[in-house]
Amino acid sequence: MKKRLSLLFSLMLVLSLFLAACGGFNKKGSTDKAGGDKTASVKQELRVNIKTEPFSLNPGLANDSVSANVLYQTFEGLTRIKGGKPDLAMAESYKVSDDLKTYTFKLRDAKWTNGDPVTAYDFEYAWKWALDPKNQSQYAYQLYYVKNGQAFNEGKAKAEDVGVKALDDKTLQVTLENPTPYFLELIAFYTYFPVNSKIAQKNPNWYKNAGPDYTSNGPFKMVSWEHNNKIVLEKNENYWDANTVKLTKIEMAMVNDNNTELSMFNNGELDWAGMPTGQLPTDSLPQLKKEGKLHVQPIAGTYWYKFNTEKAPLNNVNIRKALTYAIDRKAIVENITKGEQIPAMAAVPPTMFPENEKGYFKDNDVEKAKEYLKKGLQELGLKDVKDLPPITLSFNTDDAHAKIAQAIQDMWKKNLGIEVKLENAEWNVYIDKLHSGDYQIGRMGWLGDFNDPINFLELFRDKKGGNNDTNWENPEYKQLLIDSQKEKDPEKRKQMLKDAETILMDELPIAPIYFYTNTWVQKDNLKGVEVSGLGDIQFKWAYFE
Amino acid sequence: MLKYVGRRLLSMLLSLFLIITATFFLMRAAPGGPFSGEKKLPPEIEKNLNEYYGLDRPWYNQYFDYLVSIAKWDFGPSFKYKGQTVNDLINEGFPVSFFLGMESLLLAVSIGILLGVIAALNHNKWQDYGAMIFAVLGISVPSFIMASLLQYVLAIKLGWFPVARWESLQHTVLPALALAATPMAFIARLTRSSMLEVLSNDYIRTAKAKGLSRGQITVKHAIRNALLPVVTYLGPLSAAILTGSFVIEKIFGIPGLGSHFVLSISNRDYTVIMGVTVFYSIILLSAVLLVDIVYGLIDPRIKLAGGKKGE
Repeated sequence: MKKRLSLLFSLMLVLSLFLAACGGFNKKGSTDKAGGDKTASVKQELRVNIKTEPFSLNPGLANDSVSANVLYQTFEGLTRIKGGKPDLAMAESYKVSDDLKTYTFKLRDAKWTNGDPVTAYDFEYAWKWALDPKNQSQYAYQLYYVKNGQAFNEGKAKAEDVGVKALDDKTLQVTLENPTPYFLELIAFYTYFPVNSKIAQKNPNWYKNAGPDYTSNGPFKMVSWEHNNKIVLEKNENYWDANTVKLTKIEMAMVNDNNTELSMFNNGELDWAGMPTGQLPTDSLPQLKKEGKLHVQPIAGTYWYKFNTEKAPLNNVNIRKALTYAIDRKAIVENITKGEQIPAMAAVPPTMFPENEKGYFKDNDVEKAKEYLKKGLQELGLKDVKDLPPITLSFNTDDAHAKIAQAIQDMWKKNLGIEVKLENAEWNVYIDKLHSGDYQIGRMGWLGDFNDPINFLELFRDKKGGNNDTNWENPEYKQLLIDSQKEKDPEKRKQMLKDAETILMDELPIAPIYFYTNTWVQKDNLKGVEVSGLGDIQFKWAYFE
Repeated sequence: MLKYVGRRLLSMLLSLFLIITATFFLMRAAPGGPFSGEKKLPPEIEKNLNEYYGLDRPWYNQYFDYLVSIAKWDFGPSFKYKGQTVNDLINEGFPVSFFLGMESLLLAVSIGILLGVIAALNHNKWQDYGAMIFAVLGISVPSFIMASLLQYVLAIKLGWFPVARWESLQHTVLPALALAATPMAFIARLTRSSMLEVLSNDYIRTAKAKGLSRGQITVKHAIRNALLPVVTYLGPLSAAILTGSFVIEKIFGIPGLGSHFVLSISNRDYTVIMGVTVFYSIILLSAVLLVDIVYGLIDPRIKLAGGKKGE
């Protein structure tokens, strides 16, 4: 008994010591802070939050935005997107063949972080590695534009057949499957990054941790990676354009809580809070906007409802039109999402087609919607709205999706008298249902992979194309998209894509709701951060004033 | 005693086996898989992945392979974090959760008992009411609100501690406090009521009559008997607190085990679900066993089964 008591008291003693120690820590911390403020010179050190552990920091394996947010700082492809246009980066110059199918890149003199030269072989190695089926890259299909890329990935061709070849140390020849007008945009994407082949061949586990074998060729190098906690990058002195890079250090924390992220920013522990690396709590947006702190930028993404065009009554185009026209998008973005999203009456975001800010029809056009409903009912041989087969609207469990669905349910009931049942499911369950066609109306969105309208339009090219889900197909639409790939004149090509979108917006297998925006807050003296229309973030040009 | 422990260990193994089996089949019964995403993978790539992770083989093969590798303490690679094994995740996450858990356990036990004793000694005086108001607040305020409150007051307004992250000792104080609040309040109430009961016993009166000082009576005679219920509560509490709390780890951005426990399920990260569940079960089962043993040692009225024959 005595022992137990003495144990208890020793525990208390330890605790009081501990609390005292904390007090000490605290004093030290606050004096440090004060001292830091007095020294006027601006530290070029950036602190951001990337929310979670990246899937993989091997460019060939990465398939998520968290990995991308790190890789765009540490690596560099043949081109780099700046101001929405691809600038030459690792490539110094390039030539295109007349059939638009062969690109020959001349590489600049550049080095890896360990001093090795960046060669054309590094590109060839990296692309073939990602395509090799035994390496399990989930984003290998990003490289399917390269000739025989898909065949090799499916085990139907050999590595030698793939259309990427280093002619010498500094010359890379790429042969494409089809003419691809947006290829220079594509090669800025991380799956197209090079990998130091000398190291990767020796150590297949080079990418799992920071260390001497983790080499990269971008503006920053990774000096430490504490899994699930933080990543630290420092300026890469070996980078070819090192003079442009002003930040000396970037600390990337992994805090997966929106409220905490904003609190950390308010408390001076972060220099950036919100998208694209993290996220701001929706409730905080109106207040931040009022204070003038909120940054908003439209990005290439559309939030839409998909109609399963094989399930009655959604197989009727006029019913789909009635439903689509009777949505008050302005009310949704102003009262629910609050991030200055743009009401979408088109499929392709305005970052690609600026005129799509207006769209193909009027927002909240109840009169027209009623007309279409009448027509649709006639075609279905029904007398009254009440005779319509039951409709279910599905979404994945999430507060914002639920609020939007409830609002739209209400609009349809008020404007058209159509009763819709709501149904939500956990993400994995939901996506399974959607991909297997077990739904009537389903929420979904699309964020562009590369800056070209085809990325949005080709989703609905083939009925059984992986991401269509609507079972809709239209021969004219399909032909326009196929022909657009071969069109060399950008203006004519754009017109073909616009024509295709017109068909899509006339048949409406989807009801667009709004175009996504990125919202964030940042330190006032932080300048030069490049957030692209695709929502990628680059710190190459960033600095503190 | 040894026989008892042996028997308990055997039943622990059986429970563990049942837990593994149930988790395995429930997890497979859930729709969706580790590779389903907004952007659907081409079927060939998905096939490749399934082959690589052995998901294409019949369920009984997968199930028995799992059992064998778990017996070898090898939980396999994570689906969600390429290049990391589940063993890595546990080895990196558990020490963090353990440290945080110990810290809050210390806080909860020491402050909780102190409050409880003070309240009982000053029964129906302001100290009693004060301590119990504090305790009711601690029990009824959910931990995520407590966490946000602590962040707001102690970090943002007063600037004493950082808002979040896991860097120095200073960073650990707020999450430990937030995690400790509920058990602390619970322990305070537990101690108070059993103290009150003990204080009304005859032997305390005898001690008073003998002329012992109040401090001596409290420390020597009252507290040690009043702590029995607290010890009971400590078993499951320490298992829960040491393996990490999802909510607290999420709010404070702590790289512990608790977040894997919850996120692996929504990620359908099969190997992580299994690994973390097995790990957690082992800790919970051992903690309960430990408490049963300690309880028998402390209180002679409780006899461990198997200790005597012939009844």
